[in-house]
Amino acid sequence: MSDTIAHAPLRWPVNGQSLPPKIEQDVKDYLARSPMPPEREREFRERVREIYERILYSPEEPVGVVTAQSLSEPATQMTMRTYHFAGTAGIQVTLGLPRMLEIFDARKDPRTPTMKVYIKKEYQTLDHVKRIAENIKDIRAKDVISSVLIDMTDVLVKCRLNLPKLQSLEVDPERLSKLLKIRNTAVTVEGDALMVRPKKKDITVLHKLKYTVLESHVKGIKDISQVVVSKEDGEWVINTLGSNLKKVFELEGVDYTRTRSNNIFEVYDVLGIEAGREAIVRETAFTMDEQGLVIDVRYILLLADTMCVEGGIKPIGRYGISGQKASPLVRASFEETKKHITAAAVKGERDPFVGTVENIMVNQVAPIGTGAYELVGRIPGKK
Amino acid sequence: MVSRIKEVQFGLLSPLMVKNMAKVRVVVSDLYDPDGFPVEGGVMDPRMGVIDPGLQCRTCGGGIGSCSGHFGYLELAKPIVHVLFTKTVYQILRFTCRKCNRLMVENPIEEFFDRLLLPPAKCPHCKTKQKKVTFVKPYTYYEDKTEFTPLVIRERFEKIPDKDLKKVNFNGGRPEWLILTLFPVPPVTMRPSITLEGGVRSEDDLTHKLVDIVRINQSLKENIDIGAPEFILNDLWELVQYHISTYYDNELTGTPLARHRSGRALKGIVQRLKAKEGRLRGNLLGKRVNFSARTVISPDPRISINEVGVPEVIAKELTVPLHVTSLNIDYAKSLIKDDQVNYVVRPDGRRVKVTLENKKEIFDTIADGWAIDRQLHDNDIVLFNRQPSLHRVSIMAHRTRIMPYQTFRLNPSVCFPYNADFDGDEMNLHVPQTEEARAEASLLMEVQRNIISPKFGGPVIGMTLDQVSGLYLLTGKDVLLNKEETAQLLGSAGLDVDLPDKKQFTGKEIFSLLLPKNIAMDYETHAGKSHELTKEQKREADLWVVIKDGVLEAGRIDKAGVGPEDGKITRKIEALLGAEGIRAFIDHAGRLGIAYIMKRGFTLGISDLDLPPKVQKTIEEEIVSTEKEADDLIVQFEKGEMKILPGLTPTESLEAQIMRTLASGVGKISEIVRGNIAGGDILNMAAAGSKGSVINMTQMAAVVGQETILGKRIKRGYLKRTLSHLQPGDLSPMAHGFVARGFKQGLTPFEFFWNIMNGREGLMDKSLRTRKSGYMQRRLVNALQDLKVHSDLTIRSSENQIVQFVAGEDGIDPSKSYWGRLNVKEAV
Repeated sequence: MSDTIAHAPLRWPVNGQSLPPKIEQDVKDYLARSPMPPEREREFRERVREIYERILYSPEEPVGVVTAQSLSEPATQMTMRTYHFAGTAGIQVTLGLPRMLEIFDARKDPRTPTMKVYIKKEYQTLDHVKRIAENIKDIRAKDVISSVLIDMTDVLVKCRLNLPKLQSLEVDPERLSKLLKIRNTAVTVEGDALMVRPKKKDITVLHKLKYTVLESHVKGIKDISQVVVSKEDGEWVINTLGSNLKKVFELEGVDYTRTRSNNIFEVYDVLGIEAGREAIVRETAFTMDEQGLVIDVRYILLLADTMCVEGGIKPIGRYGISGQKASPLVRASFEETKKHITAAAVKGERDPFVGTVENIMVNQVAPIGTGAYELVGRIPGKK
Repeated sequence: MVSRIKEVQFGLLSPLMVKNMAKVRVVVSDLYDPDGFPVEGGVMDPRMGVIDPGLQCRTCGGGIGSCSGHFGYLELAKPIVHVLFTKTVYQILRFTCRKCNRLMVENPIEEFFDRLLLPPAKCPHCKTKQKKVTFVKPYTYYEDKTEFTPLVIRERFEKIPDKDLKKVNFNGGRPEWLILTLFPVPPVTMRPSITLEGGVRSEDDLTHKLVDIVRINQSLKENIDIGAPEFILNDLWELVQYHISTYYDNELTGTPLARHRSGRALKGIVQRLKAKEGRLRGNLLGKRVNFSARTVISPDPRISINEVGVPEVIAKELTVPLHVTSLNIDYAKSLIKDDQVNYVVRPDGRRVKVTLENKKEIFDTIADGWAIDRQLHDNDIVLFNRQPSLHRVSIMAHRTRIMPYQTFRLNPSVCFPYNADFDGDEMNLHVPQTEEARAEASLLMEVQRNIISPKFGGPVIGMTLDQVSGLYLLTGKDVLLNKEETAQLLGSAGLDVDLPDKKQFTGKEIFSLLLPKNIAMDYETHAGKSHELTKEQKREADLWVVIKDGVLEAGRIDKAGVGPEDGKITRKIEALLGAEGIRAFIDHAGRLGIAYIMKRGFTLGISDLDLPPKVQKTIEEEIVSTEKEADDLIVQFEKGEMKILPGLTPTESLEAQIMRTLASGVGKISEIVRGNIAGGDILNMAAAGSKGSVINMTQMAAVVGQETILGKRIKRGYLKRTLSHLQPGDLSPMAHGFVARGFKQGLTPFEFFWNIMNGREGLMDKSLRTRKSGYMQRRLVNALQDLKVHSDLTIRSSENQIVQFVAGEDGIDPSKSYWGRLNVKEAV
């Protein structure tokens, strides 16, 4: 049995503790519940230690394959139904298999980026939070315009402003002309009329200009199309659809130590690789959990670590991990056979035959699991 | 000792190598002479290897198995660009100075061939201004407007100094080798022809292609010799280029596919290697095997979980090799006598089939040093597999049990890891052929060693269906059996236990007989989870299991205790007793459950779904009031008074609220059904978790509920309505897929139609999902396959890159863990 191959005695390295912190905690909790005399306690700890050593990984265990299987076998049971309302807030997020694919592909633009914005203690009143939320939401010109008219004779786009709405957003109509940045135009405001004139007098551009005007940014953070304020665990938080951590962190009152995004690439970009790794773990675990699937976190950790080992986020697949393997045979057997074989020939690459797949190809025992060892027996009576 | 391949070096073939490794100079395009013999110097020259049984290779004298074939070569009349390297040629060409022929690269560029780089305008060595080089797919190059002939390209490449090539990581040979002058003709063994009935030969695609190449090349040569005009030569040259290109790759963009006479596209070399059925994935990574069998599976709850019933016919066909020594010769002889040996291998390696005629002779001559292939017996170790093999427990080792009839038999408890059922599923069986393989199979792959899933540290094998129902019924409060009945029950379950001297036994006591004495447990039952009671109340109502010192004191045994994935008791017993102990427990508990359910009887009928008329009335009223509620919402919506949910448009809010209203209506009806259904065993099944749920019962007895498409009410169909009998713009539940009747009562045709829409969506979703997740799995496996735990507990890739310093951050193997953790209670 694999158990009979013993590890070199492993001493848990942290702070001279002999066990991982979580187990140490479990031991303490147990002792607190059922105290025992010191003699028995020592025995007890010794036994925990024994069990710990017994349930450690056996050397050469093919964790990679087990990880891949543990993650994808449950995925066959996932639904394709993509959207779902996450939690109490009415924000729809991508879930199930499509979300898993998004995470593993390390997509830079996930379909439903969302943020959960936490608010500092000093700002924990509904008014404050609502105000912050208003500053987050992307307000486009179309949100404050009640009607639009294309004036062919004067060559301009004329809009009627929704003044009460503007007021509630605390935008001064006069300032609006400066807020709207539309290229090659002059913007003026007269009363409740907003006029946009193209610099060149050309009526052919007017129709297109109308849409440009309607979609132009007035206030808030771009591409954050929804904000929902809700009370979670006794505090006000803002859930958003659309994500931009950098800008949100700059807002007053935002607790940037806890605010998070589900856009893995953005987290990595703004907060660095460790945060990016954490985001992969959290998002994968959340997606699994939401579908009611149970898998050990260790696999998610390994997957995230594999994607992040080199300091950036590498996708799973031909443009990422699989495309960068050292062995040309492994690369060729995955995808893009022609490309990898010709490139190997030109570069005069060598395949070191250290992996699993290469060895399977030539009917050799792969150096993994029991295949990593060779036993030479001495027959009794023979030299 | 078998030598191992330690490394494979990739590179380019030089014309010299092509010539040196060739045994034949191919000069004619004919294959066979009029007598049907292969032509010398032709594409099927017999010196290139043998493909017919019984013949000898003209070069090496080997036969069909021992001669792997020999290359030939063809002298090309004019050089040809190798299509597979057109991009490489382009890159080098752009970076080759047109005057000094040096590569215009100053510092080494590692990824020179990985992406298209922009060449400098002036040569950094001789400062000559460069012209623009362009590449037109599939194989033409221009310098400004003039076309490069392969001849010119080759000349330029020849002059590139080696030191420049080093800089751009060109280590596979010389760039001029990318322009073919000698063309290697592969051995016939690589492109065997097949003889159809009537003696007609059918040639391989590559042979067809080679014939074309040789023919046109020959014609080009002749035309050069007679001094034919330039345009004729160019046409022929182009044609040779085309044939050679499609020989290598017949899926080139911008090139018409080379076709067979029948119109089928020919397979080039690239097509042979590529994709799922290609050489790499289809032959090198997935190999066909001998010593395997496949048939339909059927259940047998009376065999052990680590057994597999093998039909006699299969057992007679499959063999296990046995080396005859002085110690087992008598055994070997007895096998021969009993007709249980299919082949014998004599010391000289000759394999002889054992027949009735030579049986006697073999029996007399067999001795030390022979080997026999004996038929499968009881208790042989075999691998058993069901596809798709999604995780490692899709293939496990079982012990054989030879049985009559035609199907593989397996214990229903092991269906879960295989994801098998018996509606026609087939499974595969493999017989390991070496002692090492058998040892590994039994120590690593046997069923009882794989009960704890590495996925989450819990059991993947446990009671299913009637086994669970049986145990649930047995452990009910009112079950009381006298000693005779108890003995009978245990006997029919095949359990050999010491009965205490008692007059009567409760079901719980009987179940306790299977438990180890040192087990103590305390957990909520499956049914308990849907009740809101205190722990004490649940214990009182048998909804909470308490086991002390191996005695079941309260609670009923169900899915949560012994089912796959949930199995609390199963997991605990594994921890206490190990692999063999848990195997015995699952075997025994399964048989006990089945034995009890057979003794008690178990039945379902349509009348189980009956509801008293009064209750039916309440349900109808509930449906009416639910619909009323939804209609009210619609009225409010139309008046613009409806509450709009945050982040949603008014229409979306309406939809969400209608769905919520209907769902809660159905929920209420569910509660009514649960309390009032005539019931019987259908309730027992739902409570035990063996099959069915309250929702299923509600849908049958009372109301099916909302049918959905993409998670929304049914919207599609006619303009503003789903079906043509409805008013346009009708938003009411009845117009958008709400099925207000139960299956028992029968659906209206419209409801039936909606139900089927929903069903069709399910089918589409399933087929789409399996494809997507299959590809995801392939990618994941490919990305992670080389990661393994080293003896210092680090996880490293095959390139020795450390991915984790301590595997899983604490070194614990989930498949040895207790639900993913170390259970400190075990240490007490």
